[in-house]
Amino acid sequence: MLEVRALRAGYGAVEVLRGVDLDIARGEIVALLGSNGVGKTTFAGVLSGLVPAWSGTVMFNGSAIAGLGAGRIVDLGLIHVPEGRHVFPNLTVRENLELGAYRRARANRARNIDHVVSVFPRLKERFSQKAGTLSGGEQQMLAIGRGMMAEPELLILDEPSIGLSPLLVEEMFDLIGNLKREGLTILLVEQNVLQSMEIADRAFVMENGQIRLSGKPADLMDDPDLQRAYLGLA
Amino acid sequence: MPDLAIIIPSVLNGLTTGALYALIALGLTLIYGVLHIINFAHGALLMVGLYAVWFLNTRLGIDPYLALLIVPPAMFALGYGLQRGIIGRSSHGRDENILLVTLGLSIVIENLALFVFRSDTRIIDTPYSFETVEFLGAFLPLPKVIAFFGAVVTAAALWLLMARTDLGRAIRALAKERKGAQLVGIDADHVFAMSFGLGIACLGVAACLLLPSYYVTPQVGHGFVLIAFTIVVLGGMGSFVGAFLGGLIIGVVEALGGLFLGESLGQIGIFIIFILVLMFRPQGLLGHKV
Repeated sequence: MLEVRALRAGYGAVEVLRGVDLDIARGEIVALLGSNGVGKTTFAGVLSGLVPAWSGTVMFNGSAIAGLGAGRIVDLGLIHVPEGRHVFPNLTVRENLELGAYRRARANRARNIDHVVSVFPRLKERFSQKAGTLSGGEQQMLAIGRGMMAEPELLILDEPSIGLSPLLVEEMFDLIGNLKREGLTILLVEQNVLQSMEIADRAFVMENGQIRLSGKPADLMDDPDLQRAYLGLA
Repeated sequence: MPDLAIIIPSVLNGLTTGALYALIALGLTLIYGVLHIINFAHGALLMVGLYAVWFLNTRLGIDPYLALLIVPPAMFALGYGLQRGIIGRSSHGRDENILLVTLGLSIVIENLALFVFRSDTRIIDTPYSFETVEFLGAFLPLPKVIAFFGAVVTAAALWLLMARTDLGRAIRALAKERKGAQLVGIDADHVFAMSFGLGIACLGVAACLLLPSYYVTPQVGHGFVLIAFTIVVLGGMGSFVGAFLGGLIIGVVEALGGLFLGESLGQIGIFIIFILVLMFRPQGLLGHKV
């Protein structure tokens, strides 16, 4: 579904991504792991058209999407739920969800809203409230729900667990597992290695703008490099 | 103390003027709310609308109310083009650039108008210019009554557009959360230009409603834009309902000021209100604390 080859990108003169290769097959949850500042969010931004690619290719369902505008990429069904949520604080929960279907799946808006609130019942309780008054966890649910409204082919979740209480983090990962069971394809960008490994089919570990390791979680968890760098095991 | 027979007509007159002020201020507050810029070309663009109505009437014999079908859409297109072609391109993301560009635009537009139309005061003649309507014992000029209801209907339509349509939701979303807007596929340049176009279209409506009871000169916008700024501040920057109520209040204050202090001092009350609001309620009547 997604095939990224030799992708380079950055800001100004600073190169952040130094030749990234990554692929995702339909129906998978792929985790992109790595510590702060290695380029994970930049990578997600290039996929969704927020950050221009310098070189390399990004093929999504057979079309080259690097260089397309964010809107065209949304049209194709690649939906990015950004780090920091970026919900519309001055709009109600309902309006936030409606705007999730601004370009795609407009005809199914009502049905998809019902679906999203069945997945996130908390949003139903807050339906007419301004998004800016929600708690961090609720805003994260809203951001994911807004992404689901576009009936994504591929959903990128960037740091969905950041800033949430441990209990909510647990809940969030359960929810992401449920989304996969619904048939969604997900790229999960996370620092939380252990919990991501539990739900991912495959994982990529990014370091300094490149993919350092990749494979099935079970194999990666045995990798001494990964154990040392991310799990604090000697 | 003048009796009610004098005060009531004055208040009603103030409300009719105030509704037009409100319409002008709505355009200003819409542009401010979304683009976070004060459009200094607002008065000049109102003047353009007034000349358009004047031209259509005197040269082509088109009634100013019929011009409602022509001038607001044309003003919308002008606003869209100005934002997309000039203001947006020259801003480079900096507010002070936008401020200077709109100021520069207003100077260019006014001088073009001076060149083309000279500084003569122009009016139009309509069969209903001196018709009056009796209401609560007051005789109100028919064009002002029409202007009042026209402004109310336009404001309501704009409110519905903002509250109920995808365009309105996209405008409000973009106003506060640009990245989120991009990620749901909102084309920021397009929606910014739509907002600017709508704000300028309000001026087109105001021009059609205003000219039957008013006049146009190249400088006619100055007085209105100063009052519109006051209304936007009074109502709360970016607040729609605030701008509308603010317009009505300012209209009435001006009319009563004229009644008690004399026509030439009528506007003093407006600027006293302006200063009091800034001192004691800087967020405006319906605005939020910054």
